[in-house]
Amino acid sequence: MDTLQRLSENMQKGNADQVARLTQQAIDEGCEPKTILDDALVGGMAVVGEKFKKHEIFLPHVLLAAKAMHAGMDLLKPLLVKDGIPTIGKVVTGTVQGDLHDIGKNLVGIMLKGAGFDVIDLGRDVSPEKFLDAAVSEKANVIGMSALLTTTMPVMKKVIALAHERNVRNQLKFIVGGAPMSKEYAQEIGADAYCYDAVSAVESVKRFMGAH
Amino acid sequence: MRPTVRFLSDQLIEQIIAEARQLLCKLGVEIHNDTVLALLGDHSARIDNSAQRAYFTPDIIDRSLQAAPDSFRLYNSLGNEAVDLSDMNVNFTPGSSAINILDHESQHSRRPTSKDYVKYTKLMASLEHIASQSTAMVPGDVHEMISDSYRLYLSLMFCEKPVVTGAFTIEAFEIMKELQLAVRGSEKELAERPLTMFSCCPTAPLKWSNVTSQNLIDCARYSIPVEYISMPLSGFMAPITLVGSLVQHTAETLSGLAISQLTNPGTPVLYGGSPAVFDVRYETTPMGDIGTMMMDCAYSEIGKHLGLPTQAYIGLSDAKLLDAQAGFETSMGATLAALSGINNVSGPGMLDFESCFSLEKLVLDNEICGMVKRMVGGIEPKEDFPSLPRFEELLREGHLLISEHTMKYLKEEVYLPGPTIDRANRSRWQEEGSRTLGERAAEQVETMVAQHQPVGLSDTVLSDLTSLMEAEARRHGMSRLPEIR
Repeated sequence: MDTLQRLSENMQKGNADQVARLTQQAIDEGCEPKTILDDALVGGMAVVGEKFKKHEIFLPHVLLAAKAMHAGMDLLKPLLVKDGIPTIGKVVTGTVQGDLHDIGKNLVGIMLKGAGFDVIDLGRDVSPEKFLDAAVSEKANVIGMSALLTTTMPVMKKVIALAHERNVRNQLKFIVGGAPMSKEYAQEIGADAYCYDAVSAVESVKRFMGAH
Repeated sequence: MRPTVRFLSDQLIEQIIAEARQLLCKLGVEIHNDTVLALLGDHSARIDNSAQRAYFTPDIIDRSLQAAPDSFRLYNSLGNEAVDLSDMNVNFTPGSSAINILDHESQHSRRPTSKDYVKYTKLMASLEHIASQSTAMVPGDVHEMISDSYRLYLSLMFCEKPVVTGAFTIEAFEIMKELQLAVRGSEKELAERPLTMFSCCPTAPLKWSNVTSQNLIDCARYSIPVEYISMPLSGFMAPITLVGSLVQHTAETLSGLAISQLTNPGTPVLYGGSPAVFDVRYETTPMGDIGTMMMDCAYSEIGKHLGLPTQAYIGLSDAKLLDAQAGFETSMGATLAALSGINNVSGPGMLDFESCFSLEKLVLDNEICGMVKRMVGGIEPKEDFPSLPRFEELLREGHLLISEHTMKYLKEEVYLPGPTIDRANRSRWQEEGSRTLGERAAEQVETMVAQHQPVGLSDTVLSDLTSLMEAEARRHGMSRLPEIR
């Protein structure tokens, strides 16, 4: 079995130590960093996503795989940067102003990183200005907003309005999620996607980046 | 004998409480409210202001437990006793704060309007087995800053039953208190005859937001009862085991109890919650999960052990329609809740992870509640001994349909549900149109709403309520309230 295949399998099983070791081994064997990323890690996460959808594995297993992927990414990232290979996409995430509920947002962050995206997590209680400032300065592609309360949901609309005001709406995609949210509400406030769970959030971002 | 169910031994209860107390004292609780932190600091809790964390002391916990009343009552808008929250008494109230309603015509879920809410509260006035109303839905046609107070306003305008409610912001408490004072006349009268109960939720794990902890203080100041709604998510934001989640629930609830009782010793509270077993396949928080229901019953046992009346979000369903899943999850929950003696059972009418309300389900659930209440009435002899004369009568007459004993005990002994629950034979059912449960429930909704009678509040009080609400709406840029007639 070659190194990349073993790397992919260990990542799918969530063996972070083995993923770090095998990533290093693949680098030492002269494998292109981009090949390691695409064939072993991103490819492996696609398998994990499929298995999750079919209920062959559950959320904890997906998270373990995502965390194992982080272990590989830590080694690959400097090499990818050196090779001038752009990241597959950058996402700014946060729980909106007035809301302390960040579990869903954290989950989305882990999964996005697991799928190879750069994630700038602004934490909770994030103001519209902070979302936009970060997205612009970090040259992010996507803003991901989370809310658990019906009273804080309207903040999302303000963030999108502020993007229009600052003339950056066209450069950004907006994804939204959280228990009180719905597809209809997302459409109403002009978001690009409503994500009903963390896996669907990753799918949305992938879709946007593919279209870019 | 009243039938009961137990999930925890006394020894396990005491161990869970001891562990929870240790969490409160050693790990502390994150509280995003300076007033609450100062209050706890004044009572010798160690406060880490930079981390917004309070470390409780055994003394604070003991004093709070001693101060909290073991029972209390809610009174309707006319001042009559309506809900007795003591001992093993079971009272039902609808699930609360749904952001959607299941539209019977389209069978789609949509945002509720003020008209939907009025229909709901008119219906609530007629439902015999649901003792209090809740602010069950969030109307989508008013400014979000009044979406909490406006529900209370509509509830008071159309139904006399006490209201289980809650404020979404700190500012909203003021108008919600004023509405109650308009009904009761004075703060003293409101404190003596509570009209509402506020749900206040900590954030898992071991956190209180600025809004919810301030709500606790504000309610305590006016002796407005609160129910603590701790929501550990087993396997996600709480340990996977039910015992581990119960430790967390106990700690979060005791922290709320301390905030209330230190603010105003003796303020009425319910030991409540809405825990759930996290579904690792769908990332959801199923209220119809059997583990969720077991936790509800178990923490109620802990609450009772601590000498407090209890509450739970149980007797609701995660189904999206009024289907078999909706019926069985609701019935299982309501039955277990009643056997556990949970004093305030929040659930009827609710679907879809507490997010979608159905008027038709509410009507069905009212009948389920009737059955469950009959069950906890238990099996007692009623002039049954000696049995010989009764059986002599049966053999002599050939039946007991018009026996004096039958006539005397028929209503007390037999609960007759309907018209939503079907008990007709097939021929009659066919003759009456072979209607589904949903169709029968929908018809019952319309019948009951049409029979609605105006509430007994004086015209002056009703007009005061409207003036208060209109002023609040104007404050948030709404020139007038939605049309509701």
